[in-house]
Amino acid sequence: MFRKRPPPEEERKVRANDREYNEKFQYASNCIMTSKYNIVTFLPVNLFEQFQEVANTYFLFLLILQLIPQISSLSWFTTIVPLALVLSITAVKDATDDYFRHKSDSQVNNRQSQVLIRGSLQNEKWMNVRVGDIIKLENNQFVAADLLLLSSSEPHGLCYIETAELDGESNMKVRQSVSVTSELGDQNNLASFDGEVVCEPPNNKLDRFCGTLYWRDKKYTLSNQNMLLRGCVLRNTEACYGLVIFAGPDTKLMQNSGRTKFKRTSIDRLMNTLVLWIFGFLVCMGVILAVGNAVWEREVGFLFQSYLPWDPPVDNFLFSAFLSFWSYVIILNTVVPISLYVSVEVIRLGHSYFINWDQQMFCSQCNTPAEARTTTLNEELGQVEYIFSDKTGTLTQNIMSFNKCSINGQTYGEGSDPLGPQPKRLDFTPFNPLADPDFCFYDDTLLEAVKVGDTHTHKFFRLLSLCHTVMSEEKSEGALLYKAQSPDEGALVTAARNFGFVFRSRTPGTITTTEMGRSVTYTLLAILDFNNIRKRMSVIVRNPEGRICLYCKGADTVLLERLHPCNQELMNITSDHLNEYAADGLRTLALAYRDLSEDEWEAWSERHRSAAKAASCREDRLAAAYEQIEQDMVLLGATAIEDKLQEGVPETIAVLSLANIKIWVLTGDKQETAVNIGYSCKMLTDDMTEVFIISGHTVQSVRQELRRARDRMIEMSRTRDGKEEGVEGCFMGNGFREGQGDSRGGEKQLQCPPPPPPSNLMDNISGEFALVINGHSLAHALEADMETEFVSTACACKAVICCRVTPLQKAQVVEMIKKHKKAVTLAIGDGANDVSMIKSAHIGVGISGQEGIQAVLASDYSFSQFRFLQRLLLVHGRWSYLRMCRFLCYFFYKNFAFTMVHFWFGFYCGFSAQTVYDQYFITLYNIVYTSLPVLAMGIFDQDVPDQRSLEYPKLYEPGQLNLLFNKREFFICIAQGIYTSVVLFFVPCAILSDATQSTGVPLADYQTFAVTTATALVIVVSVQIALDTGFWTVINHVFVWGSLGLYFSIMLALQSQTLFGIFPNQFHFVGSAQSTLLQPVVWLTIALATAICIVPVLAFRFLKVDLKPQLSDTVRYTQLVRQKKRKPAGRSVGGAWRGVGSVSEGRLGARGSSRRSGYAFAHTEGFGELITSGKNMRLSSLAMATFASRHSSSWIDTLRRKKHSHTNTPPSASGESSPAPSCVSGSIPPLSNSSSVLCGSQDAPIEEETGAAPDTQTASSSSTQNPPAPAPASEAADGSAQTLNAGVLTPAALRSQGGDSPGGWTISLGAVQEALLRWKGRASASNSPVKLAE
Amino acid sequence: MGKVKPGPLARRPDNSAFKQQRLPAWSPMLTANSVLPFFYFMALICMLLGVWLLLTVQSTEELKLDYTEAGTCNLCFEKRNVSNAAQPCICTAVFNIKKAFKGDVFFYYGLINFHQNLRRYMDSRDDAQMVGRKNNLKSPSSYCMPFDKDKNGVPIAPCGAVANSIFNDSFTLSYMTSSGSVRVPLLRKGISWYTDKNIKYRNPSTENMTLPQVFEGTAPPLYWQKPVYDLDPLDKNNNGFINDDLIVWMREAAFPNFKKLYGVLHRANKPFMNGLPAGNYSVEISYNFPVQYFRGRKEVVLTTLTWFGGQNHFLPIAYLVTSCLILLIAILLTVFWFKFGKNGQNMEE
Repeated sequence: MFRKRPPPEEERKVRANDREYNEKFQYASNCIMTSKYNIVTFLPVNLFEQFQEVANTYFLFLLILQLIPQISSLSWFTTIVPLALVLSITAVKDATDDYFRHKSDSQVNNRQSQVLIRGSLQNEKWMNVRVGDIIKLENNQFVAADLLLLSSSEPHGLCYIETAELDGESNMKVRQSVSVTSELGDQNNLASFDGEVVCEPPNNKLDRFCGTLYWRDKKYTLSNQNMLLRGCVLRNTEACYGLVIFAGPDTKLMQNSGRTKFKRTSIDRLMNTLVLWIFGFLVCMGVILAVGNAVWEREVGFLFQSYLPWDPPVDNFLFSAFLSFWSYVIILNTVVPISLYVSVEVIRLGHSYFINWDQQMFCSQCNTPAEARTTTLNEELGQVEYIFSDKTGTLTQNIMSFNKCSINGQTYGEGSDPLGPQPKRLDFTPFNPLADPDFCFYDDTLLEAVKVGDTHTHKFFRLLSLCHTVMSEEKSEGALLYKAQSPDEGALVTAARNFGFVFRSRTPGTITTTEMGRSVTYTLLAILDFNNIRKRMSVIVRNPEGRICLYCKGADTVLLERLHPCNQELMNITSDHLNEYAADGLRTLALAYRDLSEDEWEAWSERHRSAAKAASCREDRLAAAYEQIEQDMVLLGATAIEDKLQEGVPETIAVLSLANIKIWVLTGDKQETAVNIGYSCKMLTDDMTEVFIISGHTVQSVRQELRRARDRMIEMSRTRDGKEEGVEGCFMGNGFREGQGDSRGGEKQLQCPPPPPPSNLMDNISGEFALVINGHSLAHALEADMETEFVSTACACKAVICCRVTPLQKAQVVEMIKKHKKAVTLAIGDGANDVSMIKSAHIGVGISGQEGIQAVLASDYSFSQFRFLQRLLLVHGRWSYLRMCRFLCYFFYKNFAFTMVHFWFGFYCGFSAQTVYDQYFITLYNIVYTSLPVLAMGIFDQDVPDQRSLEYPKLYEPGQLNLLFNKREFFICIAQGIYTSVVLFFVPCAILSDATQSTGVPLADYQTFAVTTATALVIVVSVQIALDTGFWTVINHVFVWGSLGLYFSIMLALQSQTLFGIFPNQFHFVGSAQSTLLQPVVWLTIALATAICIVPVLAFRFLKVDLKPQLSDTVRYTQLVRQKKRKPAGRSVGGAWRGVGSVSEGRLGARGSSRRSGYAFAHTEGFGELITSGKNMRLSSLAMATFASRHSSSWIDTLRRKKHSHTNTPPSASGESSPAPSCVSGSIPPLSNSSSVLCGSQDAPIEEETGAAPDTQTASSSSTQNPPAPAPASEAADGSAQTLNAGVLTPAALRSQGGDSPGGWTISLGAVQEALLRWKGRASASNSPVKLAE
Repeated sequence: MGKVKPGPLARRPDNSAFKQQRLPAWSPMLTANSVLPFFYFMALICMLLGVWLLLTVQSTEELKLDYTEAGTCNLCFEKRNVSNAAQPCICTAVFNIKKAFKGDVFFYYGLINFHQNLRRYMDSRDDAQMVGRKNNLKSPSSYCMPFDKDKNGVPIAPCGAVANSIFNDSFTLSYMTSSGSVRVPLLRKGISWYTDKNIKYRNPSTENMTLPQVFEGTAPPLYWQKPVYDLDPLDKNNNGFINDDLIVWMREAAFPNFKKLYGVLHRANKPFMNGLPAGNYSVEISYNFPVQYFRGRKEVVLTTLTWFGGQNHFLPIAYLVTSCLILLIAILLTVFWFKFGKNGQNMEE
């Protein structure tokens, strides 16, 4: 950490497998260190840090002052004991924190990864991985460092990663290695790989990488497409090899995760301000008393010198006053006791433990309890006004379930009768052995329809089983695993599977299904891929009978336009159903098909081919071609997919918005998806006055749209207000009226200024509005001059949804609200893309239990269900805030009451800085006598039970408005404290100065007075805490009574004969307590003082509760009444409400008329091409495909041979460069669209060839891919070649080439080129295996 | 916590009332039912106490006599003003008791405007010396400065400003009857706290030495006329640090005006069996303590006691006033409650 960094890197040079070379540059190792101390540095560093706290330094300063005898009015231990206590408690806490950091660091650092060292794979800890190492990753492993992908087990050096950790996008991404390295295959070849990478220095740009690979005198451009970043997870890829480019702190993940900002709560800041004020007050007191001292010394002390001469250094009254000032600073310092800070910490720690312990925030599915990861923010949880939520994984589970469907005008799915008995979940297994046991469906009529053989239903499910881009994997017979690129598709295909139309496998040219137990293989003629504009996808297949059919699914808006006119009636019914589904917040798709004649197909196919080949406007021409064939379709029905919300999300959002918390959803998702989720989690409702959508692309248009929205809001609210004026008067912001009864309406009206000034107009928007803003618009809206406009518009809305938002923008939005609204913000998210937002918000909450932990690591609180948020805020947060406020009020009160007595005494003791109390009392008052009861209150107090605060979300409001502890409350506390101190000083003073013991000995001696005042003080503050405590648990009783008992016993002990016998000069109060406390006058004095102190407070509080009760008082009162009514069962009320979150089946019955439909496509285009090109086909799945379709038994042999050759991999001669003609059979499907992810420009050396490739279905190869060469070993060459060819099912063609495969496999570039040329030649000669053209 | 539970709920927090914040608790509320009766009750209690105390206080007698310049003390006052402080001066002050002081009568001396409560004054003592530590006897604590050593460097015992400034007037009280004056017997012992007399102040262990021998090598405080071992010529056991007058003086007063016990009427013989009879009294003062330097006053106080001590009018009056205030508040609260908040109507929303 303290290592001196070399000057910032200009560029990074990494040579593979050459540690010596790489060490020259001193790149950071892969060891991450987030801890702060080690054993040696702990004490000095920690102390240094602690003394950076102003308070601690202040007390150190006091301590030094106390060591000066002329000033020292108190023994040094009155300061050092608490200071030492505070320092050690903090040190222990810091040490524990750091210990856990060490632990988690070492856990990460000690993860195992396989590193290729000297030709063999060795298990190494992550931290020992160096830049330049080649490491092997296996499926589902985390990527250990930023790697350059060299090769993978998949064809073409492809590999799939999940980047949820990094950017929160849950769909899989494809990465591809540079072709030359992908050919290297496995470790044997890689061990001798000595390419050098020159690239950019470490940075935090996740989506950018630029570098160059130099290898064998050739340059290869590297891009982000070749990189595997730390934090990603390898998926669907058996293994891959990568070269470490950035390690440890240099990785993009770590570079992105900047240092955690130290978060302070607003109470903290207020407290610090107040403490400064108190210091000011202290100085004032000191000055007053010093002036008093000057006057007194001049008038009286000067004369008194014969009895008490001035100290030698004090030669005049002014210097005496100067010393007196410092003496009083020492004495009065207890107004800001050190224990304040440590008590606050202890209380927060307690609250954190309660959060950790809360069973109702424990998720049993993922076995994760809630966790308060920071202990400093608890009370701020009670003040949240804005929640920024991620969508995927936070609001939703990211699980799609096939929920309803409409087939030929008949709707199936869950019965809409919410009151009826819970329908039984269908059991598919007897009907269909291939069914997915996890699939849930409740409507057996649909199953019946399938069984009966209803043609429409069959067609419907056939469509679902064919029209998709899902990949399947069948490890063993029947154990199907679908790999869908978007979860929606997975859900649809799974539904079809369960209803008897099982998608088994696919090859680039076929789709094999099992329809009602019968295996059917369709020839896949074309995939008309999805894109954002088309909003639909289609497939054209030929069934075994030879009939050609187009199946299409897509958004209803686009699909319904393209139907055959004869569908009109069905279309009406179906669109009614669609509306119904959409109103339920389901994602809908319409399905249609069209039978094609051979001629039609031929004609279109020709047209399509030419479009695909076109050099210019290819996209448009393709789209036009697609458009042409997707016409006159026959409607089959519609599907409704539920984007499964997390449990209890709508309820939670409802409760939170009742608590006047504004919820903004910031999501990377598309607008439609986001809006859809907005509806399904009831953020948006059809009752809303208006939902504004801002999607402008330019500054002007965004500004205009925002303004328009605002004008509209003002206009609408004017008309509404006009209507409602008489009833409700004016109101104080959104939602305020709901909880408050009409009885307060009148009051409100009086408070409201008659014409609201224009600047406040936006705060007074009535009606429910919602704002949906797009990512690119948001970018404009976040510009400096637009910010205010955006904030004022957005904050007037009840719900705000930002879609297509980047992680940075998420943080910007949060920062903006923090800046403009001065409100407490909370960000909740689950992915690494939420980290920035979590960090910049006042409170960050991470959803744990998912795979990613980035968000959790950055968060302040973590739990596994969104619905726990309501408990965290409304229960824990509210309590924390309440407790902290009560604690602070009481704490300042008790210290003023304690300290100010010295001030009054100053007027009697010649301002000589004589303390009123025994020094031990001063030392122990804050840390022993009065600390525990207030701690118990601060930790355990409850004004209303937890279920009440969930029932009455309005109870949350005082926190947001900062009502319980603010400057006003503070002054009230101070005033009360000062009043108490006056009473505590003057009542004993007046009584005791004349009183005597019953033995005649006067009671006016100093020690009696000290004991009496101290006792009265302890009793008064104990009574006060008893009044403040609203929730008397056993612990409170023990602490309150215990503190009193402790006070008396400690006092008696300190004033005992024994201690005096040992240290007579330290314990000169010997016997005072005994003789004082036996006097009735003393007790009468204490009783009187207590009564005078407490009665006004009691009266005031009673009046407040009685005349102006807070909502919490009301709730408490009703609770009390309720308890009285049924005394014995009083406590059982609690259980009733516990499970609100679980009642998630509350579908709204009311259906809006608005037409909106979410369409279930979360994925990106390009996968269709990937499939038809066969590039992403796994060998095993290809083999399975052939196995299932039984096209050729020879494939089994091929597979066996392939496997065989895999296991006995002989080492290859790396230097050998031989052409590999066999691997490039003519059957290699050409690549299609240039938009494909696969076609990067990484293959720089390879010449681009266009137009010469054979045509399969979709496209010409505008940029030619190198031959697929995944097979690692030379002897496997023929096998692998065949396997590859198997992808296109031309056994004959293959066989012919199988023989002449040479041994060497490591292809030099020249060889590749040569091979390519040859391949092209052959390819054009040989027939297209799929024989589309026939 | 240490137990590791198996199964999917392994990390589930314990379902204990404490951890779930469901501890049984009493949540009191300031309702009219409890607060208003409490206020009336308080008012009543205070009232009763106040009346009782007042009646008790009425039965006590007190007499204060400022003798600073009274009677013949005028001369002594002048005399002490000049520097010839060492010369003895005896004066007499007379007073009259109109109503007999029944029961125990306590005789106090009082000082006005004498600040025993100054921080440096209070600190200027060595309790270790006074408890008889030999070390401290010969080398007093530095807190005693500048009264720790005399001009010759001899340690002072007892050291410090407090001891140095001991009140050294002595009084002889006489009852003037027609048959001449009868000396009123005063008990001069048992006027200090038990703990002070027996624990806090001890003479250095004598080991067969006489007290003067023990204190050899120490000097008396600057303003003292007699050494510490010779404070009470009448009683050998009342000398040294355990001298009652010294102990009484060493218990510093909290306020600048204070009185300290000088003696208790010895009610063994007539006519003082029942206290001090009414009549004329004279007090003969050995006037030593100068007060004019600091504009102070000296007084003599005679008082009788009740169960709670001497005459103290403030306490009962304070109770009565408090009780009235509480009653007033209680009535106001009742009115407010009756008018605005009855039956928790503000609670029902």
